[in-house]
Amino acid sequence: MPDRIVIESLSASYDGHPVLRDINLTVQDKEVLSIIGPAHSGKTTLLRLVNRLADTERGLRRTGRIALDGREVREIDADMLRRRIGLIFATPVPLPGTIYDNVAYGPRLHRITSRRRLEGIVERGLRQAFLWDEVKDRLDTSALRLSGGQQQRLCIARTLAVEPEVILLDEPCSGLDPISTAQIERAMRQLVAQYTFVLVTNNTKQAARVSDRVAFFLSGELVECGTPSQIFTTPRDKRTDDYVSGRIG
Amino acid sequence: MTIIKPAVWQKVVWAILALLTLGTLVVLFFIIGYITSKGAGSLTPEFLFGMPERMGKEGGILPTIIATVYLALLAVLIATPLGVGTAVFLTEYTRESALTRVIRFGADALAGVPSIIFGLFGFILFVVRMRMGWSILSGGLSLAFMILPTIIRTSEEAIRAVPFNLREVSLSLGGTRSQTITRVVLPNALPGILTGIILGLGRSVAETAVVIFTAGSSLLIPKSLFDPARTMAVHFYILAREGISMPRAYGTAVLLIVSILAINAVAYLLMYRFTRKLR
Repeated sequence: MPDRIVIESLSASYDGHPVLRDINLTVQDKEVLSIIGPAHSGKTTLLRLVNRLADTERGLRRTGRIALDGREVREIDADMLRRRIGLIFATPVPLPGTIYDNVAYGPRLHRITSRRRLEGIVERGLRQAFLWDEVKDRLDTSALRLSGGQQQRLCIARTLAVEPEVILLDEPCSGLDPISTAQIERAMRQLVAQYTFVLVTNNTKQAARVSDRVAFFLSGELVECGTPSQIFTTPRDKRTDDYVSGRIG
Repeated sequence: MTIIKPAVWQKVVWAILALLTLGTLVVLFFIIGYITSKGAGSLTPEFLFGMPERMGKEGGILPTIIATVYLALLAVLIATPLGVGTAVFLTEYTRESALTRVIRFGADALAGVPSIIFGLFGFILFVVRMRMGWSILSGGLSLAFMILPTIIRTSEEAIRAVPFNLREVSLSLGGTRSQTITRVVLPNALPGILTGIILGLGRSVAETAVVIFTAGSSLLIPKSLFDPARTMAVHFYILAREGISMPRAYGTAVLLIVSILAINAVAYLLMYRFTRKLR
């Protein structure tokens, strides 16, 4: 499988405090790569550096290379880059407005105005996120009235509507119940035929269920990366073993 | 020392606060009631829609109503783009620095300048220097400068209050910074921005010192931006100050108060409908 994102010798620091140290990691086309590790391992920072949302943060410095399809992300216009690399946040953030407006937000940004096309995009996004059946009769009601799990699936539908190539998910199920979590995992497993996923999660069981590969981060370092069975049953590094067996983290 | 029971203490605090609130309301209703009782009798159709005669001693106040509307609208039309633009620049396009602090300090200082100074400034700059004379244009520009700080600061607060993660959502979906501002930030800040505009509108309607220096006190209906005019507030001032007609002065005052109440009511209605749509 070709590499979509290649990260080489990436280090980052906030006001001089290192948060990522010499990371080398590739994301392959149409895989689910999970990034696991305790809090403050630099997982979220890594995602935000990849789609350059970290650009707005003061005091964040990075060295090394992050390339999308061979091109350094800093050389791609930020808005074009983020159309290709979507991000789902840990807490669902519906935009004030209707369910329909939320999903149509991205396509409208990109100058799609035809009502018929927008309707098609909204329906497809909501179906892919397994939300369509629950909301199809009330697309014009406020998105803020949805439950937490529905809101997070709405956020996924909203990202899918932009048709990114890579989707980054930052602990998308951290505040959700098991049923909502299962729906989101099901959506990911189906969509991986068309999209590439990078999933940051605190939940090692979730990583084991949905991932093609798992990367373990600790204190800003990439400890090891491998298939779920290798990471969870025969880790090469003692620290990985300690984490997945619950002795640290 | 005896200790007051918390429950009793709560009641005492409640009573004190209720009394203070009551005091505020009494003062407010006393002013409105007094002026209405003195002026309501003058509010006839001839008074509202007639031309003044004998310097306002007789006849109506139509030209002053028209002048008030023109001046207040012009002031808001000029100050809104300047003020909202400045607020967007300060909040979205700059980082907190010495420059932004100087701009903000300037705006705050401007807010504290007595209105008569704006009047004098407008008189010297617009009326004399730029040869606009006493006119709607001179008055509108001067009023715009007067209400600018209010619009800047209220817009800035409103924009800052828009949650940061809404901006990140828009950016993460491939929105540019300007798209994010026009589609997410400004719509969500609109109620707050409108509050600033309404406050400015109210102040413009009520202002006398600025207007008397810059728009003059002509009792003719202004036909262009370059015509002089007299607003309701100035008319009230002249009628009362020069003892021309107290009933007509109070009649004008009633209309002034009613229009300011109406402006506020419409603003609240708009804001209520807008925020309900978002919810």
